[in-house]
Amino acid sequence: MNNLFVVFFSMALVNNMILAKFLGLCPFFGVSKKTKSAVSMGIAVLLVMLISSAVTWPIYYYILVPYGVEVMKTVIFILVIASLVQIIEMAIKRTNVTLYNALGIYLPLITTNCAVLGITFINVNQVYSFWEAVFAAGGAGSGFLLVLLIMSGIRERLEFSDTPKAFKGTPIAFITAMLLGLSFLAFKGMV
Amino acid sequence: MSSFEKNFRRGIVRSNPTFVLMLGLCPTLAVSTSLDNAIGMTAAFVFVLVASNILISLIHGLVPNKVRIPVFIVIIATLVSIVDLMMQGFVPALSKSLGIYLPLITVNCIVLGRAEAFASKHGVLDSMADALGIGTGFGLAILLLSFIRQLLGTGKLDLFGHHLFTIPGFSENPVSVLMLPMGAFLVVGTLLALFRWMGVTKNE
Repeated sequence: MNNLFVVFFSMALVNNMILAKFLGLCPFFGVSKKTKSAVSMGIAVLLVMLISSAVTWPIYYYILVPYGVEVMKTVIFILVIASLVQIIEMAIKRTNVTLYNALGIYLPLITTNCAVLGITFINVNQVYSFWEAVFAAGGAGSGFLLVLLIMSGIRERLEFSDTPKAFKGTPIAFITAMLLGLSFLAFKGMV
Repeated sequence: MSSFEKNFRRGIVRSNPTFVLMLGLCPTLAVSTSLDNAIGMTAAFVFVLVASNILISLIHGLVPNKVRIPVFIVIIATLVSIVDLMMQGFVPALSKSLGIYLPLITVNCIVLGRAEAFASKHGVLDSMADALGIGTGFGLAILLLSFIRQLLGTGKLDLFGHHLFTIPGFSENPVSVLMLPMGAFLVVGTLLALFRWMGVTKNE
């Protein structure tokens, strides 16, 4: 049990998807301009990460490994993620229209989010057990949500601040990301 | 100017994938810690981009519009698996240091973006030119980044085990933060601002 929490927090804070592993940078810079869209995107990513980790783990260990076709993992995993995203989108559309309106446009984008495919590769590379993989996905997703939320809060304020002309917009967002990354270094001693 | 040359040139500066379109940043930032990694990543990336653009422009009339994205993704993923296996076989050290970023070319926004926006609407030759141009732009950007990070972050330059250059008196106390992940954000942010200030790219 203890081990699961170590995996969770190390994925969320120490090995943060965005700041330490550079995964999911497109949504990080793309949708972090407003807090509301940042939260929707973060939740959608967390959801898809959890489900796709839970689905790709049995596929890898019960189908790919016994038949000796681990090399096919890139093709299989991306197909699984793409179809999962489609199914989740349909399920949300049928059951909860409010949620669909909030997350709708972000779900298709998640198929090509490298953080989602990345976490399934990390699970395989680290030889995580099933629950470790699920907790790693939960941690990675929560870390993603957390950083996206912090970043959007900062960027909303940055809009009104007096940034040098050449730095306006994306360049200052990169510098902010660097400072965020530096502050997240402090978590290194935790795990 | 022929259309081949026009399509080739466009990707290098005017719509440079890294500094103008800001797509596919994950591998660019992650593996730009050394020139070796940058060269390996560029080679893998250009192969996948050119091959996928050629294949997709060949089959674009045959694929029904509704399933085109999954078809493109499967083609790209297959090409990435080929590169991944080749690199594991021929340059195992490089393949190890590129880690998960090599298979992650599959979901690189540039590759799928070019497939969708260009290769699925143009002929083979134009698509090849476009892929080569975008690939060159990507390669130049990642080489520039890794050059700056390695030179200032370690104070010396190494290329595939050969020592090239040391900054005298600097290599004992280099700016080692540049070798950390956040160094990549700092260098990219500063370069973006520099390019705008110089007028190479436009303000938002």
